[in-house]
Amino acid sequence: MKRNILKIAIVFFLMLVLATPAMAENVLRWASQGDPLTYDPHSANESPTIGASTQVYEALVNRNWKLEKEASLAVSWEIINPTTWEFKLRKGVTFHDGTPFTAEDVAFTVKRANAETSEFRNYIKSVVETKILDDYTIQLITSGPNPILADQLTYVFIMSKKWCEKHGVTEATSFKDQEESYAVRHANGTGPFMLELREPDIKTILVKNPNWWGLKQNPHNIDKIIYTPIANAATRVAALLSGEVDFLLDPPLQDLERIKANPNLKVQQTAQIRTIFYGIDQGSAELRSSNIKGKNPFKDPRVRKAMHMAIDIKAIHKKVMRGMSIPANVMTPPGVHGYPKDLDEQRPPYDPEKAKALLAEAGYPDGFEVSLDCPNNRYNNDERICQATVGMLGKIDIKVNLVAQPKTLHFPKITGRKTDFYMLGWGVATLDSHYVFTYLLDSEGPWNGSMYSNPRVDELTRAMEVEMDLAKRDKMIRETWEIITEEQVYIPLHHQVIAWGMNKRLEMPMEPNDQPQFRWARMK
Amino acid sequence: MIFYAISRVLQSFAVMLVTAFVCFILFNYVGDPINNMVGQETTIQDREALRERLGLNDPTAVQFLRFLRNAAQGDFGISYRLQRPVKDVIPERLPATMELVFASAVLALALGIPFGIYTGLNRDTWLSRAILTGSLAGVSLPTFVIGILLIYLFSVTLGLLPSFGRGETVQVIGWWTSGLLTVSGWKSIILPSITLCLFQLTLILRIVRAEMLEVLMTDYIKFARARGLTDRAINFGHALKNTLVPVITVTGLQVGSLIAFSIITETVFQWPGMGFLFIQAVHFADIPIMVAYLVMVALFFVIINLIVDLLYFVVDPRLRMDRVETAGQG
Amino acid sequence: MIGGWLRRVIDHDIFYSFTRSPVTVLAALMTLVILISSILAPCLTPHDPFNPASLNIMDAFTPPVWVEGGMWKFPLGTDDQGRDILATIMYGNRISLIVGFLSVIFSIVIGVTLGMVSGYIGGWLDAVIMRLADAQLTIPSILIALMVDGIARVSLPRELQNEIAVYVLIFSIGIAAWPQYARVTRSGTMVEKNKEYIAAARVINVHPVMIMLRHIIPNVMGPNLVLATIGVALAIIIEATLSFLGVGVPPTTPSLGTLIRIGNDFLFSGEWWITIFPVVALIVLVLSVNLIGDWLRDTFNPKLR
Repeated sequence: MKRNILKIAIVFFLMLVLATPAMAENVLRWASQGDPLTYDPHSANESPTIGASTQVYEALVNRNWKLEKEASLAVSWEIINPTTWEFKLRKGVTFHDGTPFTAEDVAFTVKRANAETSEFRNYIKSVVETKILDDYTIQLITSGPNPILADQLTYVFIMSKKWCEKHGVTEATSFKDQEESYAVRHANGTGPFMLELREPDIKTILVKNPNWWGLKQNPHNIDKIIYTPIANAATRVAALLSGEVDFLLDPPLQDLERIKANPNLKVQQTAQIRTIFYGIDQGSAELRSSNIKGKNPFKDPRVRKAMHMAIDIKAIHKKVMRGMSIPANVMTPPGVHGYPKDLDEQRPPYDPEKAKALLAEAGYPDGFEVSLDCPNNRYNNDERICQATVGMLGKIDIKVNLVAQPKTLHFPKITGRKTDFYMLGWGVATLDSHYVFTYLLDSEGPWNGSMYSNPRVDELTRAMEVEMDLAKRDKMIRETWEIITEEQVYIPLHHQVIAWGMNKRLEMPMEPNDQPQFRWARMK
Repeated sequence: MIFYAISRVLQSFAVMLVTAFVCFILFNYVGDPINNMVGQETTIQDREALRERLGLNDPTAVQFLRFLRNAAQGDFGISYRLQRPVKDVIPERLPATMELVFASAVLALALGIPFGIYTGLNRDTWLSRAILTGSLAGVSLPTFVIGILLIYLFSVTLGLLPSFGRGETVQVIGWWTSGLLTVSGWKSIILPSITLCLFQLTLILRIVRAEMLEVLMTDYIKFARARGLTDRAINFGHALKNTLVPVITVTGLQVGSLIAFSIITETVFQWPGMGFLFIQAVHFADIPIMVAYLVMVALFFVIINLIVDLLYFVVDPRLRMDRVETAGQG
Repeated sequence: MIGGWLRRVIDHDIFYSFTRSPVTVLAALMTLVILISSILAPCLTPHDPFNPASLNIMDAFTPPVWVEGGMWKFPLGTDDQGRDILATIMYGNRISLIVGFLSVIFSIVIGVTLGMVSGYIGGWLDAVIMRLADAQLTIPSILIALMVDGIARVSLPRELQNEIAVYVLIFSIGIAAWPQYARVTRSGTMVEKNKEYIAAARVINVHPVMIMLRHIIPNVMGPNLVLATIGVALAIIIEATLSFLGVGVPPTTPSLGTLIRIGNDFLFSGEWWITIFPVVALIVLVLSVNLIGDWLRDTFNPKLR
């Protein structure tokens, strides 16, 4: 009898011990289809990766969920002269390992992010020199006037100089590098969460940083975050529905109704700062995958316009995207400075007959063949959009061979200029049209896979980089948009609408750049 | 016996060598390993230097020997997709697959043998017929369909069991992480192991049944019955022992099938094991991982073969006699 | 003449046992229906689901005709690209059947040739071939097919993959299955080889190849055919699995496995018909072929007669 009581007591006690920690901690479990590529914040300029970095690292300037700039590690900044910006830094901030944050770290970060191996060079390359005035004041000297430096700095995450030196990672880890560096799986930032465990492709665990400077203004109550990548769409949504995860960044569009119908779950959605479009090679003399030899059909703007007209974007909006898209005519969405609203609303209506006539006029009455390169794990329903496009172009006798592959194989084709016809989605980190022009339309733009080259556009793009008179600058932006839309350089499809699925217990503001910042999350 | 063992070991080596050669060709000559390793901005000179450093300009034979030496130490280079050394990635995934396979094998045997015996002894009961029809379904239903339906039933509709992952894992010895020591780990392994074991269960069931039927009709069983032995003595003492011989072989082969089907099961359940890793490697053209997987699988089967052959030798006296006779002819 | 042959068939005791087993008759009927419908598919379907230009995306996600919103034009509904499910099942059956049959024929050609040579000539050639077969037999065919397919995929440029996917599949599955035919043929050959009529043929200097072709092959094909029926079912399952995993036929010419893979994403969001009907079709096809194989095996097994 006594032995039994003892046994029961032990079991009871054990249950208490095991149960209590679970009750005291707020654990946020979330999932999405793409694992961050690395935890080195200067390595890979990719949205999910940046999203992971923002929990752990911080920049001088941050954007809140309304996409407004706000003070982060810099409390204030001003332009002293056209090439000098002065930043006053926040006092009393420490890195996760306890070392204090000072101007030394900012100077070091600028140098590190500017290196050859860093994919974040474009955000910081205008800065040629840093001057440390004191521990909490630093000046950034730019090569020429740069009106949008503060916008660009939002993605330059500050690392600790001492920590990087201690672990031999003073060089940004090249994303394609042969060796793994300490920074890829370990992090030391100033942010609201600390990286506890990083198992690539399996799970990542973050824990609350109790010494975060922002805790007073942003009293979030998340103690632990567990992230799991789940590639399979059905498995992902099943995990949310069964309660194994509390938050799903990219629920499949066809399951949104089901999530809404669940009494414990809710869906938040917003238009995203990302436009999906097709790029077409108009620079090569001959296409790689076409049956037309000796000339490039895409060089003729009538061919491009015909393709644009042959895509029934309303059908894609209704059937493929299930209403979660905004048909577009320009390749950047509302919310970006310089967005040409009137041009965006002038998308020519779907007209396959007219398209066929245009093609014939351009000299291709029997159409032609070409391959379409498409990612299959990056954008919402990317492969399905491409499949629908194949059908639609088939109706005007353009026979398309669809090559769908993961983003790590697809993107190098664009940056390496090895594709005839491809899909791409572009977010605008700085929220300024210049970001779109310099990457996608400038002759030397790193992501200009269409090899479009227009001296006037180049001239305008480079001029707007250093133009401090905002009215003049806006005129340049406007002119560029007009040229590009008239020539149909790209074939825009739609602006993405993103939806997050989450447990009703979780309160978190929706971010139009699809990068949740858990510093503003609260669990009830 | 010694001749037999040695010749089998030598043959195993030969098989491994051939596999290694195929893998080597894949590794070095499919695509350009240099392109897959460096960024776009790398200059031509740097690429050439890297080629020299990695020894890619040496004659094929030299490269093959180097490949063998590296493979023997478990070094298969860097995964293109994960950007980490393959020999770090594999031990992370291996325990997951091993535990899943183990759980499924136990399930398949624990259910398959009793069912087989029952349906062998009682041919005409409705339970027998039901089990046999069910077994036909087990063979006809592809593994992935079973997995999806199980998830739909138990995870989404009933909310009883998790639909993905391994649950909490615990570091046991060295690099082995086990999911079997936590409650969530046990809950996570149930659905995948059921999915995985069904095919094997039906196979074991049918084989045990067929063997029971055949053996029960043989002469020496008839004589045992004539002698007046009880049914139980006959069934379990005599018949069962003789059915175990093919079951041993089959069980050895079952583990191989389990490894194969685990690829599918792991993909459906997002089970972070070797099979899932391999499928992702194929999608991403991640050759180092594929090569490592191929070599490991080949090694595994060769070893299983060896063990089964040697076991067979011990269990079946007829083989021993044959060996003695033919040993003289070499 | 046909009448006479027909009467011989009907009088044969095998046919008798066939008609006595209603399950097998049903299975054979189903297989016949599937076969005919897949051959005649172009006549029976409103459009060719493999031709992207014939699809209209506005038709996508139409439910089956008996559900609200369904149309008679698409009796079983449509998938996410507007393909009629019934049509795609029929065309998908084609691929499954073609891959199934051709890969088995491929295996038989290789297996029977090697087995016969092995059994007839004997010696070290026999030892080598049999070792190879034994080694491969321990590895499940699906794994071999997956490996070969995986290797082929990474070796070939992506642009070609769509066109030759079916051939790669046939090759992979075929390579995976030859050993069983080889072993069975080898034992049969070794038995036949010692019979008198072969000895007689040798005496009158008939060339060994002629002997093998004219005398041995007909006598060893029996067990091979039994294996073949099961082999077809297995090949169909392997193809469906490989397509489901994404390493089989390309999504623009979907087989049953690809359809299931596509439909998997929609299973839980209400468009169940994209998955369920292909699953049912796959099960029916495999079950029918399996049942016929079972019956064949039982019939030809002398011990059970």
